[in-house]
Amino acid sequence: MSLLSVRELSAFYGDFQALFGVSLEVAAGELVAVIGANGAGKTTLLRALAGAVPGARGAVELEGRSVAGLPAEVLVGLGLVLVPEGRKIFPSLTVEENLRVGAYRGRPGPWSLARVQRLFPILAARRREPGTNLSGGEQQMLAIGRGLMANPRLLLVDEISLGLAPLMVKRLYEALTAIRAEGTTLIVVEQDVSQVLAVAERVYCLRKGAVSLEGVPARLGRAQLAGAYFGT
Amino acid sequence: MSAPASATPLAPVVERTTPASRAGAVASVVLLAALIALPWVGTSGTMRMVVELIALLVLAQMWNLLAGYAGLVSIGQQAYVGLGGYALIVLADDLGVNPFLAVPLAGVVAVAVALPTAVLVFRFRGGYFAVGTWAVAEVYRLLVANTDALGRGTGRTLKAVFPLARETRELGTYAIALGIGLAALAAMYVYLRSRQGLGLMAIRDSEPASESLGIDVFRTKLTVYLIAAFGTGVTGALIYLNLLRISPDAAFSISWTAYTIFIVVIGGLGTLEGPIVGTLLFFFLREILSEYGAWYMILLGVLAIVAMLRFPQGLWGLVAERWGLDVFPVRRRVRAPR
Amino acid sequence: MAWVDAVVQGVLLGGLYALFATGLSLIFGVMRLVNLAHGDFSILAAFLAAAAVAVWSLNPLLALALVVPLMAALGYGLQWLVLDRLLGRGVLPAVLVTFGFSVIIQNGLLEAFSADSRRLNPGGIETASLSLGGGLAVGWFPLLTFAVAVLLLGGLQLLIGHTAIGRAFRATSDDPAAAALMGIDNRRLHGLAMALSLAIVAVAGIFLGIRTTFTFGSGPDRLLFAFEAVIIGGLGSLWGTLVGGVVLGVAQTVGAKLSPGWGILTGHLVFLAVLLLRPSGLFSPKRRVDA
Repeated sequence: MSLLSVRELSAFYGDFQALFGVSLEVAAGELVAVIGANGAGKTTLLRALAGAVPGARGAVELEGRSVAGLPAEVLVGLGLVLVPEGRKIFPSLTVEENLRVGAYRGRPGPWSLARVQRLFPILAARRREPGTNLSGGEQQMLAIGRGLMANPRLLLVDEISLGLAPLMVKRLYEALTAIRAEGTTLIVVEQDVSQVLAVAERVYCLRKGAVSLEGVPARLGRAQLAGAYFGT
Repeated sequence: MSAPASATPLAPVVERTTPASRAGAVASVVLLAALIALPWVGTSGTMRMVVELIALLVLAQMWNLLAGYAGLVSIGQQAYVGLGGYALIVLADDLGVNPFLAVPLAGVVAVAVALPTAVLVFRFRGGYFAVGTWAVAEVYRLLVANTDALGRGTGRTLKAVFPLARETRELGTYAIALGIGLAALAAMYVYLRSRQGLGLMAIRDSEPASESLGIDVFRTKLTVYLIAAFGTGVTGALIYLNLLRISPDAAFSISWTAYTIFIVVIGGLGTLEGPIVGTLLFFFLREILSEYGAWYMILLGVLAIVAMLRFPQGLWGLVAERWGLDVFPVRRRVRAPR
Repeated sequence: MAWVDAVVQGVLLGGLYALFATGLSLIFGVMRLVNLAHGDFSILAAFLAAAAVAVWSLNPLLALALVVPLMAALGYGLQWLVLDRLLGRGVLPAVLVTFGFSVIIQNGLLEAFSADSRRLNPGGIETASLSLGGGLAVGWFPLLTFAVAVLLLGGLQLLIGHTAIGRAFRATSDDPAAAALMGIDNRRLHGLAMALSLAIVAVAGIFLGIRTTFTFGSGPDRLLFAFEAVIIGGLGSLWGTLVGGVVLGVAQTVGAKLSPGWGILTGHLVFLAVLLLRPSGLFSPKRRVDA
């Protein structure tokens, strides 16, 4: 059985339609990549899955249970956690407090403050500083760590490499691998196609709010991907 | 969703008058004629009531201008009611100015005080702006109540009108009231239809967007604040020309704001017709519920809350939406060319 | 000596003002909401205590145990049912609705309790005084009020700084959408903040009612003083609120010493001076006066 099953998901911001009947499946333990050009609807997709888009319609099932229409805070309790685009670190909280607030729902699991700090040692070193004092890459670590503190079954990660140096991106992807090893399922949205396809088991490509391609990265050719990405 | 190819695109037409506005124009002329005829066919009591009604209407229009168009939610406009009233007394009794002439002059006094007041209260935004305006009104009230020359807590009586015959005074007050009412409506109408008015509505809808278009937000807000102070000050003078007796607790009472808020919210915020509807409803309710005192205010409060929650466009807004009416059109409609 | 006495009275009065200000500051910090009926709720609490005293012959300080939870529940309910819908709709709706509450409460109290002024009598403590030597004496009750203010402020500071709920408050205040992504139920949290606010202001109202007479219309002045204390002390700082209250209290008592009618006015003028010269307040961590 799939961990996540999405059928005909459409999303609206007022009158503007951002997603057109997107369907996808994610099996437990997978790392699924979602790629696409700017404005293709990748972030909207993750936000809609996370319960942050009120104008979303369609069938979404988490572990066989219907979760469509549930608000974000409830989904976190069910193990569906989003690491948002732009990180959204809370300025009024220290690094440690940002991590702790991720555990607000108190879900049991392998991830604890100590564990997260072992994964990202910088978060232990700078734990008393305001969260927004960190550099871009460190904030990304904090955002991921914060998401882990909720002990998710399914972690949605939105654009972690945006604006970061290649070395930092490499480190983050190493962390993603470690997270997978714990059994967490991941959906990763990325602009940096090559990086994410190296670790993903399957990929969905979005174009203009709809799925333009789906498959296993190793079996998809460059031309095929470019075509799905750009619509040529 | 791409447009079909066409040879030469026609320019869309921007228009403002509607069938309802033409009907409204006719109705207004009829109403005006009736009001002008009133001193000859009506009683003194009716005239006083019309003066009161016009006063509340203008206060409501001013508050509507501030909150509904400029986004400045003030609960301190009673400061200018009081200042206008006291300015009238000082100008007419102490400085020998003709009491009828003193009414518009009181508005000038109000503006003079409004300028430094704005410097202070514009440091606040949003909800704290509201409380700030009220705090300032309280300061003015206390300053007046502590000044011997202004009668301290007991207040003063307008003596400059005593030499006049009662009919003359009443007619004069009535005429001024009509003048003020018409002038206020006309001024609002003209201003909102102007470029500055369009800029104002842009600011209400989005400050950052307006700024990026080059609209001077601060200047515009200040102008509106001063206009409202003028209108409120003049009305304050009119009110006390009608009542003849002023005291700080009455003149600077937050009740003025309470009434105008309810009138505007229930009638329809951000429209010219809304306050008219609201004032009429207010008077109507007051007539039938007058002996219930506090319950009347409770009802108003509940109505205003319900309006804000369910019908933020107010009574007029509901009617206008239903039938597409626009009696005093200030918006511009874009119509495809025929 | 009379001046020292006035200052001491002012400081203790500041404790009461801080109690009023704390609730206002809290909901503004968490939700950017200004409750124009804040003062009226405190007076409502005082009247409820008066009713409890009349019906059950309770000591007003014991009536706290009844009235405070009631007011907390009222706050939670109002936020949940009415006020939460207004957040994010701009300034006007919240100002209008809370203004409406103010009018309803005042007129409701007038209908229910008439225009007579009341006083809560705790049986003597309010007149007892403590001698500090040198001819200086302070009342037990103002001292108690100040102590309660410090305790409540300290407790709130602990809550906000060191508990999960406190972190949630701060997260919601920073970014409600992101807070929801953490699993935080914003609506429930807002209800809790309002409940706390009304609970604290209920304590303030009852202490006020013991200290002085009150009527149905006493609410607005409480809001005004609370607001001034918050602004003088600076937004975003709870201890700043205490300082703001003290500054206001001292200004009022010293002003009254200068000239009897000038007490409250002096407080207003000090407030305006702070606004003019240092708008972010005396203790603020550099935030704009935004709502």
